[in-house]
Amino acid sequence: MAYSDKVLDHYENPRNVGTLDKNDPHVGTGMVGAPACGDVMKLQIKVNDSGIIEDAKFKTYGCGSAIASSSLVTEWLKGKTLDQAAEIKNSAIAEELALPPVKIHCSVLAEDAIKAAVADLKSKQPA
Amino acid sequence: MSNEHIFLDNNSTTLLDPRVLEAMLPYMQNQYGNATSRHLYGRAARQALDQAREQVAEACGAHPSQVIFTASGTEANNFAILGMAGNNEHAKQIAVSAIEHPAVTRPAFALRENGYRVAVIATDNFGKVDPLSLDVALEKPTSLVSVMLANNETGVIQDIAKLAEIAKSKGALFHTDAVQGLGKLSLDFESLGVHAMTVSSHKINGPQGAGALILDKRVDIKPLLHGGGQEKGLRSGTENVAAIVGFGAACALLQTERETRSEVTGQLRNSFELGLKDLGATIFGDKAARLANTSFFAFNEIEGETLVMALDRKGFAVASGSACSSDSTEPSHVLMSMGVAPDLARGAVRVSFGAKNTSDELNRFLAALQSEVQRLRELTAIAV
Amino acid sequence: MTVKTPIYLDYSATTPVDPRVAEKMIPYITEHFGNPASRSHPFGWTAEQAVEEARDEVAKLVNADPREIVWTSGATESNNLAIKGAANFYSGTKGKHIITVQTEHKAVIDAFRELERQGFTATYLAPEPNGLIDLEKFKAAIQPDTVLASVMMVNNEIGVIQDITAIGNICRENNIIFHVDAAQATGKVDIDLEKLPVDLMSFSAHKTYGPKGIGALYVRRKPRIRIEAQMHGGGHERGMRSGTLATHQIVGMGEAFRIARLEMKAENLQIRRLRDRLLAGLEEIDEVYVNGDMKNRVPHNLNISFNFVEGESLIMAVKDIAVSSGSACTSASLEPSYVLRALGRSDELAHSSIRFSIGRFTTEEDVDYTIGLMKSKIGKLRELSPLWEMHLDGIDLSKVEWAAH
Repeated sequence: MAYSDKVLDHYENPRNVGTLDKNDPHVGTGMVGAPACGDVMKLQIKVNDSGIIEDAKFKTYGCGSAIASSSLVTEWLKGKTLDQAAEIKNSAIAEELALPPVKIHCSVLAEDAIKAAVADLKSKQPA
Repeated sequence: MSNEHIFLDNNSTTLLDPRVLEAMLPYMQNQYGNATSRHLYGRAARQALDQAREQVAEACGAHPSQVIFTASGTEANNFAILGMAGNNEHAKQIAVSAIEHPAVTRPAFALRENGYRVAVIATDNFGKVDPLSLDVALEKPTSLVSVMLANNETGVIQDIAKLAEIAKSKGALFHTDAVQGLGKLSLDFESLGVHAMTVSSHKINGPQGAGALILDKRVDIKPLLHGGGQEKGLRSGTENVAAIVGFGAACALLQTERETRSEVTGQLRNSFELGLKDLGATIFGDKAARLANTSFFAFNEIEGETLVMALDRKGFAVASGSACSSDSTEPSHVLMSMGVAPDLARGAVRVSFGAKNTSDELNRFLAALQSEVQRLRELTAIAV
Repeated sequence: MTVKTPIYLDYSATTPVDPRVAEKMIPYITEHFGNPASRSHPFGWTAEQAVEEARDEVAKLVNADPREIVWTSGATESNNLAIKGAANFYSGTKGKHIITVQTEHKAVIDAFRELERQGFTATYLAPEPNGLIDLEKFKAAIQPDTVLASVMMVNNEIGVIQDITAIGNICRENNIIFHVDAAQATGKVDIDLEKLPVDLMSFSAHKTYGPKGIGALYVRRKPRIRIEAQMHGGGHERGMRSGTLATHQIVGMGEAFRIARLEMKAENLQIRRLRDRLLAGLEEIDEVYVNGDMKNRVPHNLNISFNFVEGESLIMAVKDIAVSSGSACTSASLEPSYVLRALGRSDELAHSSIRFSIGRFTTEEDVDYTIGLMKSKIGKLRELSPLWEMHLDGIDLSKVEWAAH
């Protein structure tokens, strides 16, 4: 499997690996995928009082493209509002990382993880 | 083996070109990966296979995706015949020419066990497959026609494009065994218009152990070997990387050297046949277009096998027919098809030149031939 | 560190040609280049003599008669020829049921599938969790119309050695033709075909330091086993297998098998020592699982699953060592190894398995480097793994409901 340089860079030097306190009301956690499918992605975002994402962390069990996709979105998420975050599309991730067709599902998973994290956060913050 | 022995049996096999050996050596030594492996060793092997595939495709006038590597020409022929003919329930006839190599006729006849009928297409007296005979054979629904491009014994070249057109107009698939054609003729898979074509490495100064079927991918073909799914599932088995690399390298040399080789061997063959005529030999197939390097001939009342052995003792390697049938004393099926009298056919000897043969070797050979023919004629005269 | 990377630990995929083998082969592609079927001149005779000497060497390694050895283009062809050739020949008298094991090489499985398409019925026995087959289950699979059984001697992925003697005896009692794929066995385990109740056995050169593109099939003479040819033509190999023989490759296989016969005893001791060292090193990592029985196993193989690490990223992480995740022949697909799944391993453990296969040229430095590399890379990937984190938190992953995608 030939990987793009960007995938290799994120794989070798993943950004924002780690864990936030999932019980913190300002933290939203999304966990998608299943071990049996070969990918599990955990994405966490932390918003400040003005609703801006000030931190994002991930842990991923999966192939190099899955790791790179989640690493990339943690970079993109910082500084965005929740609505802006929810607009990140898998196609943008796939394009940025030059994912081959067989690896597109990794970018889909990353998009799902963002949505799940945003939904979790919103469920914690009464409207 | 005595190094003084002179090899004049190049339609049987050929000397490996040193440049081909050089290309192969890394893959017999340090580059030993299995081309299916994903690590560096495997990827290096895969790249080498890709390059060889391009080289073989270019020599055959085909696209690289049309090249399926096999272990030999025989395997490619079996693959084509058994894989293409065995699929059609509505056309249970296979037509093969009367002069095919056993690697074509035997699998064709093996299909009779599955209820297939084999139609044998005759040649004319010049060794050419008669389009009219093919027309007649195709009156019965036929799944596959197989006619070789150039005959291994006589060197006679068939008009494959025309025969393929006839076959296709009747809805039959067409295969050609081009094992003797590659390296001696300019091959163009596309313009031949065939569905499948067999080529082999060791006939073109490449190594033994590699062949290929050039295949029109629209054709439905059943694999001969099942397993790991190599060659897009059409030919399982770990790729013989070194041999395939050698095959590719030998094909690449043809791009620049094929025409020269034909000229060199053609001149040798033509001078040889002038000498043959002086000795009173009958030359087979010389009224048709032939491969430049091949001469198939006989002397009245001299057994081919006897002459071959006598020449061997004098240091010349020639053949009494195709190598595969040299065990048997049956007259050549190719000559029988051409209507040659069996007694004369039993005298048949094949000389096939290679580009490394020299006019000095030719002169020594002619002298030896003359003295042996004279000696054997005297022996025969005494016996009678 | 003085080791040269990538370190080759994939000897079960293919082995380097031993330099002594290459040296013996080269004259047969440069000087003695005759077609061995050319009977009329010494170019052919020299080739034929070399072919027969090689046949003797192959026969000697497995204690067979040279006349029982048929050359093929490799183990895939041997397996196809044996299975399809014998099943077709004997189906008329015995029947059309055939038995094999789920963990066989693809060449055997796919030959069985092809026979099923032709009207045979097949049983694919599940192995025990250690990879070995239960003889009682094998007996139970036999039917009155069972014509052929095929069981590999040494598994390519997990290296376990089946009890060929016991299985063969059961086949004999039930009048079943018994084929054994021994591609991974030569030079690793003793094979004595005078004693083994085996009718057909497949061999490969390139798994035993010989060249690719050459193999052999053992076809027993007493009692005589018949097979239908699968490749037709000049009638080489007594009609069982046609096609010009690649003399240099045959010579290479003969030399490789000769060296194996002379050196395997000492070599296997050395390899076992290295394998045990590798195992001891890797077992210092938490949550590693050895796949397949350790007792009935060739010393060359170590197949280990690293829990909570995904297989493909693992392969990326260990690019300084050339290893295989599952069989080389299936590594183009992303499917977890069917062999490990047949052992009942979970998909996750199957995905995260690595086959280390050690061979003639592996050094202690190679092994130590590999241990160090695995420790650091597994640590890094687990640092990234949410599953590892959950495991450390004491969560039972099998109880988690995953959002499938």
